[in-house]
Amino acid sequence: MADQVKVAARSRRGTFVPRATVMDADDVRRALVRIAHEILERNHGSGSLVVVGLQTGGVPLAEHLVALLADIDGADVPLGVLDVAFYRDDIGLRPVLAEEVTRIPVELSGRVVVLVDDVLFTGRTVRAALDALADHGRARSVQLAVMVDRGHRELPIRPDYVGKNLPTRRDEVVEVGAAGVRIGEVVALPGPEGAR
Amino acid sequence: MSRPGLLSVADLGRGGIVEVLHLADSFAEVSERAIPKVPALRGKTVATVFFEPSTRTRLSFEAAAKRLSADTMSFAAATSSVTKGESLRDTVETVDALGVDVMVVRHASSGAPAQVARWVDACVVNAGDGQHEHPTQALLDCFTLREALAARAGSPPADDLAGVRIAIVGDVRHSRVARSCVLAFGALGARVTLVGPATLMPPTTQGWGVEVRHDLDEVLPEIDVCYLLRLQSERLREALLPSLGEYSERFGLTRDRARRLDPDLLVMHPGPMIRGLEIASGVADSARSLVTRQVHNGVAVRMAVLFRLLAGGLPSEPTGAGPAADEASPAGSGQGGARHG
Repeated sequence: MADQVKVAARSRRGTFVPRATVMDADDVRRALVRIAHEILERNHGSGSLVVVGLQTGGVPLAEHLVALLADIDGADVPLGVLDVAFYRDDIGLRPVLAEEVTRIPVELSGRVVVLVDDVLFTGRTVRAALDALADHGRARSVQLAVMVDRGHRELPIRPDYVGKNLPTRRDEVVEVGAAGVRIGEVVALPGPEGAR
Repeated sequence: MSRPGLLSVADLGRGGIVEVLHLADSFAEVSERAIPKVPALRGKTVATVFFEPSTRTRLSFEAAAKRLSADTMSFAAATSSVTKGESLRDTVETVDALGVDVMVVRHASSGAPAQVARWVDACVVNAGDGQHEHPTQALLDCFTLREALAARAGSPPADDLAGVRIAIVGDVRHSRVARSCVLAFGALGARVTLVGPATLMPPTTQGWGVEVRHDLDEVLPEIDVCYLLRLQSERLREALLPSLGEYSERFGLTRDRARRLDPDLLVMHPGPMIRGLEIASGVADSARSLVTRQVHNGVAVRMAVLFRLLAGGLPSEPTGAGPAADEASPAGSGQGGARHG
């Protein structure tokens, strides 16, 4: 939730106005439990797994996922945090700053990395994340888990684990927070901020 | 007309300083990797244009640019056409015409980088101008101090230096480092005292928000950090000091003085140090000295400054199709950069 507040406070373009809740907090939790089981099934256990949350929306989900893997499998899966700011393809086209320090607790060579993000949209963040991961070692494989796949891909990237497929318009906004998943629009604020 | 650069700590304000410190945290992590390099500024060119000698600042900026995957060009007055009589303006316009994105300028005259910024299209970063400012030095000092205080407290680095008592000791009058540090430390809430002989104090410190004292032994027990300045003998044209020996005796961290120091007192120096004059060798190499951390952190902090100028500070103009489309999302619209990709 703190992340969401931070994000909202940073928004310079307007304010998020939710139109509908598409998953409540309990739906998100159930989806994560299912994803945890799918991860264990597909990788035959949690042996060489590393879970890496993408800054910022993927991090709370990754933390939750690691806790679930521990509950289900009794495994102590390492948790990493990845900020892809320095690997983005739109640096210089618009303001880009890092949100948080990247922390990859183990050498990735030979490991199976599960990247976790909240919303999969254009695929450009994931593209940047793959480059960023490569600088931390040669993972045996990288898998992608997202809570919401909203379509509109601009790169050949697909998720391995999905909480919910959600058809959207490009100009809609999907927000994943403590309250669940909401869809809505960003509306320009009245006053000097909104006037630009 | 030039793009925004970094000419003075005052350009940043408190918010800008904190932003640089946070970015530098991220770049410090990059610097610790086996391959300490990110593709962030691929295709950008950073030129160091130095009209005055320098070792650490220039190497530090070049290392920072290279770790960001920028290309670097280097200009030194001593080996250039300046020796044939080329003017400052012609020189920097020539460098600019080669197509550089950032020009890192050092000059013996106060205000020269600001003047250069009016002439060139590149962003200009002040790497030390006369007796005016040296903003990246002050930023790396804030970063280093915040790191040392966090390590001592066993907590994550704070966003301010609230209540930290810092004495800046020595030749404040001729020191651009002192001017930038007063601004930066002050902006982060530290309490700054200037210590030195009256002849080496600026004519006025009105509006600086500092206390001025002349007895180091009186001040030492009251402070957390002793920031020593180099005695700038190349700028000491008048007889401002009776003798170097007397200066060292009264304002140097001598071996004798070091014995009486509080064990927790931290010592900083922007370099180059004149061992035996303002600082005894034993003090410079002691555990309380942050001098090597200052140099080490300089690279991450300068990466943050360069990255912020070229990636973070641009006006958010529409970029047409493609990645701009998800700008409407709350997470992707702020300074925090794009997510939901």
